[in-house]
Amino acid sequence: MSPHTRAVESWTLQPLTDFVRESSVRLVLVLTPSGQVLAQSGFSRAVDVMSAAALAAAIVASTGELARQLKQAPFAALSHQGPKHGFFLATFPADRGTLAVLAVYDLDVSSLGLVQLFYEQLAADLKAASPKGAAQKQVLAADFERELTDSLNTLFGR
Amino acid sequence: MSKALDLITRVRGVRGAMLVSAEDGLVVAEQLMEGIKGSAVAALAASLAGKLRRAMEAAGTGTSVFWHLQADQGALLVVPASGEGGILVVAVAEPDVNIGLVRLELLRAAEAVV
Repeated sequence: MSPHTRAVESWTLQPLTDFVRESSVRLVLVLTPSGQVLAQSGFSRAVDVMSAAALAAAIVASTGELARQLKQAPFAALSHQGPKHGFFLATFPADRGTLAVLAVYDLDVSSLGLVQLFYEQLAADLKAASPKGAAQKQVLAADFERELTDSLNTLFGR
Repeated sequence: MSKALDLITRVRGVRGAMLVSAEDGLVVAEQLMEGIKGSAVAALAASLAGKLRRAMEAAGTGTSVFWHLQADQGALLVVPASGEGGILVVAVAEPDVNIGLVRLELLRAAEAVV
């Protein structure tokens, strides 16, 4: 198992590890649409996880609102490809609530086709592993900082 | 594009033909028999093409014009079409297909799509 793959919620770990191995992505976050990180792979600094999670949550929120204004279902996936790296952001419903996956890949090592292919498997594996009947935990503003610190400590093994 | 794929799928033993974007591994056009997952074949073909291109560059052998991957239950045959688009012409075939004939049709299709 990759030493760079860590999970706050342990049921996400095996599907995420498999996804990283098969799709050769560089960075991955599994998070809720509110930006709460459940697992990460490839990040070495807590500040990068916080930034990426906040930006991914903002993209999910803004594209969701755009879809709502267009009277469409929320966008299933978003992909951006630069000269050397690509990123892929997608959401799917699970028993734990809606989850988002952000993956960053090097174009020399992986491709959008590979990431999409193995993302389908990741989403299916996470849906299957998601705790059944578990009520989605509400993160209150008062607890936010403590929750965030706890999550980052878990993700970075502190 | 569909005419180019038609010529490939007419060859006996060919189970499907596709045009694949080499850069991102996505399907551009496909004619596949039921049961073949186009997105998986496209991702595999583009991934292999990228690795093969770098390996051949490192080995100093120039660019590939045709490659053939033989497996227990089938074969993957690919011709990279030259040109700006970076398109791969891909055939999925039975293991005992006439490789020479498929290669010929792949090369013709590659010329047609450039």
